[in-house]
Amino acid sequence: MKCKDIVRELADYLDEDLDPDLRVSIEQHLAKCKDCRLVVDTTKQTIQIYCNSEPAPLPPETRSKLHDALTKRLHHRT
Amino acid sequence: MNSPKLNPAQATILPSQVVKDDESALVGAAKSGDIQAFETLVSRYERKIFRLTQNITQNREDAEDAMQEAFLKAYEHLGDFQGNSRFYTWLVRIAVNQALMKLRRRRNNMVSLDQEVDTGEDTMPREVEDWGPSPEERYQQSELGGILSKVIGDLDPPFRIVFQLRDIEQLSTEETAEALGLSVPAVKSRLLRARLKLRQSLNHYFRRGVTT
Repeated sequence: MKCKDIVRELADYLDEDLDPDLRVSIEQHLAKCKDCRLVVDTTKQTIQIYCNSEPAPLPPETRSKLHDALTKRLHHRT
Repeated sequence: MNSPKLNPAQATILPSQVVKDDESALVGAAKSGDIQAFETLVSRYERKIFRLTQNITQNREDAEDAMQEAFLKAYEHLGDFQGNSRFYTWLVRIAVNQALMKLRRRRNNMVSLDQEVDTGEDTMPREVEDWGPSPEERYQQSELGGILSKVIGDLDPPFRIVFQLRDIEQLSTEETAEALGLSVPAVKSRLLRARLKLRQSLNHYFRRGVTT
């Protein structure tokens, strides 16, 4: 297995969506290739940072606009 | 179709069964005409939906309009929601459609998600460096949020939107493909490229030796 093969399989590897033999081959390559290991680790961190990030609170005027529109439409229907 | 599969990094923040049950109860009440129940759902998801529409449109006014239209459409079509997926997943799909319409309108219909894009799959990433201390420790939350928002905004829409749905909204690959009218292989290749591009951009902020 070469470095470019790791890149090709990276998404499925991170999503644990690979057959076991291929997974073992990748892990053998990662054990001896520091560059690939860093790419895998930092890509994993990239996903985690975005996945764990909390959305910012709505700006007050945006929230008012949304809830005014909803109130108008929702209560109009009743 | 395979069952939705989340990547291991996402598993720790899955909503609990309690939240799901609570969501089902709120949706049931809203379907029966309980406006307060629907408003509770809106308050629960407005921040996430605004981030979604903001990340897709990259324009605040369009993001506000798309979010508002998404919630109103969801309310109007609540009777069509069969409960085969989570309500939030259904809401995300509506919001994505609204946001894409805004994006296409602003870009004179130049945004086509199903066009062929060069994903450069065999390219070994450049800038291979250790990131050192965790970014969450190095940056304040608002500062980190600004970095993440800027970096994802620099991605081209075909990559940005796939990453948003798959890795931030945690839709499965199949759900992402269905929502965007793409094939599963197209979603996978775009997701890979998006992850690598984001990794490369974040490297400038997070690599060891960079001081805040």
